[in-house]
Amino acid sequence: MTSQAPSESMYQEIILDHYKQPHHKGLRDPFDVEVHHVNPTCGDEVTLRVKVDAGVVTDVSYDGQGCSISQASTSVMTDLVIGKPLPDALAGHEVFLALMQSRGTMEPDEDVLEDGIAFAGVSKYPARVKCALLGWMAWKDATAQAVAQEQEAS
Amino acid sequence: MTSLLTPDTGFDVAAVRADFPVLQRVIHGKPLVYLDNASSSHKPRQVLDAEREFVEQHYSNVHRGVHTLSQEATDGYEAARSTVAAFLGAQHDEIVFTKNATEAYNLVAYSFGNAPVGSPFHLGPGDEVCVTEMEHHSNLVPWQMLCQRTGATLRWIGLTDEGRLDLSDLDELVNERTRMLAFTQVSNILGTENDVALLVAKARSVGAYTLVDGAQSAPHQVVDVHALGADFFVLTGHKMLGPSGVGVLWGRKELLDQMPPFLGGGSMIEVVQMGVSTYAAAPERFEAGTPVISQAVGLAAACDYLAAVGLDAVQAHEKTMTARLLDGLRSLPGASVLGPDTTEMRGSAVSFVVDGVHPHDVGQSLDDLGIAVRVGHHCAAPVCRRFGVPATARASSYLYNTEQEIDTLLEGITQVQAFWGTR
Repeated sequence: MTSQAPSESMYQEIILDHYKQPHHKGLRDPFDVEVHHVNPTCGDEVTLRVKVDAGVVTDVSYDGQGCSISQASTSVMTDLVIGKPLPDALAGHEVFLALMQSRGTMEPDEDVLEDGIAFAGVSKYPARVKCALLGWMAWKDATAQAVAQEQEAS
Repeated sequence: MTSLLTPDTGFDVAAVRADFPVLQRVIHGKPLVYLDNASSSHKPRQVLDAEREFVEQHYSNVHRGVHTLSQEATDGYEAARSTVAAFLGAQHDEIVFTKNATEAYNLVAYSFGNAPVGSPFHLGPGDEVCVTEMEHHSNLVPWQMLCQRTGATLRWIGLTDEGRLDLSDLDELVNERTRMLAFTQVSNILGTENDVALLVAKARSVGAYTLVDGAQSAPHQVVDVHALGADFFVLTGHKMLGPSGVGVLWGRKELLDQMPPFLGGGSMIEVVQMGVSTYAAAPERFEAGTPVISQAVGLAAACDYLAAVGLDAVQAHEKTMTARLLDGLRSLPGASVLGPDTTEMRGSAVSFVVDGVHPHDVGQSLDDLGIAVRVGHHCAAPVCRRFGVPATARASSYLYNTEQEIDTLLEGITQVQAFWGTR
């Protein structure tokens, strides 16, 4: 594992930092919806809570276990969506998804993805893309449920 | 193959390696160290040549035509059945070709589920199926589904902390209500080898059928199904130097001939009328449709290859490597093994965890070094849950691996620890 290790294009310093010191980790109250997502092929899992108020993502909290990519990606995701209006947060999700599906061909926009640009290298490892998307998929699912709940209540 | 054997050890790993072109691959600038054999093995030239020669010169559909190729293909396919039968100490017509091991377990489970009231294979409420906590999902989920369909109850033998079967409540778990005891001979995740004779004797004493999962045993050790004493035995081709797409169910002929079919269609019939059909005898009864023809021929070539090398020699070679790996992991701070710590009653699959590094990251970093291991739950998620880990890394050696490769893996793990800052 010298400095030329091939997987270092994936294991960026930003990713390792988020893995070792994840942001917003731990389940918190209050929340609207809690979801549990698993990656059936590898056993990674995340429990994630979402709080949406007046169209703004006011909190995302989570707990889970998984590899460095899945844990770091979930941490970065919370930085990107907490405090954002829903359309902006969902647009961020679309951009991250496109990056992950780019097989290393897309130049990520730091203004949009912030630390998420560090995952550009992951897109060259198709087996690991699902790791990077685990937290995002859980967030999108929980958010959709939270929005539906809000619409039913109004 | 005999020319490859050296008289002093009886086994020449360099000569074996020369038969496997893939072992010359360079991965990320490093020689490939392939230690993912419990997932799938590589194939020697002899297997590839046998399959290619069959397809290029003798291929047609089987059991259907009068033309020359049809007869040659049928002869090749049935000769493959005989070869596999001999490999297992079985009779020709006790061998059913399936697409994989998974289909073989499902075949038995669905056949039992199709058995009418009064049939010896019928299950209903009050009946029990017993498995073990170390089963691969393929020998667990079909039985869960059978129990859900029939109202029977699923029970399982738990595990000790050493990764052995906990037989302390065997008399309670396998009882007069038990209709089937299905268990693996060698665990794909823990490496544990189970005492087949003991379990078969227990099942027989209560009148239960037995199915032995041989996917991890048949590639590595001599298996004589009649000596094992079970009623069914399952293997898969791709883990034993053969092609993917072919598995084998061995069953006692008298049972196979009484069991209801699983899949219906061509080849498995006797007389077909518009309202009702009668069925062929085994094994054709369980081979509906065009079977896996050239893959069966390839599997037979793999059996021939293993028989020529000698499975006793293969097993002895693997024991040496497994001992080296277990010793190395034991003395490596921050690494630990799930499963038996010695080679006694143990196969070559060794699951391990590295403190502070998720198995996926261990596997990815080892790939940088050209080392292929499997990571995840190995289709045995209940075992991971039992031992409180989300996943493991698993190294599994085979006849073409070397002790140097085990050392490369052990050195690689220390490099992984250095990269991830846990050493």
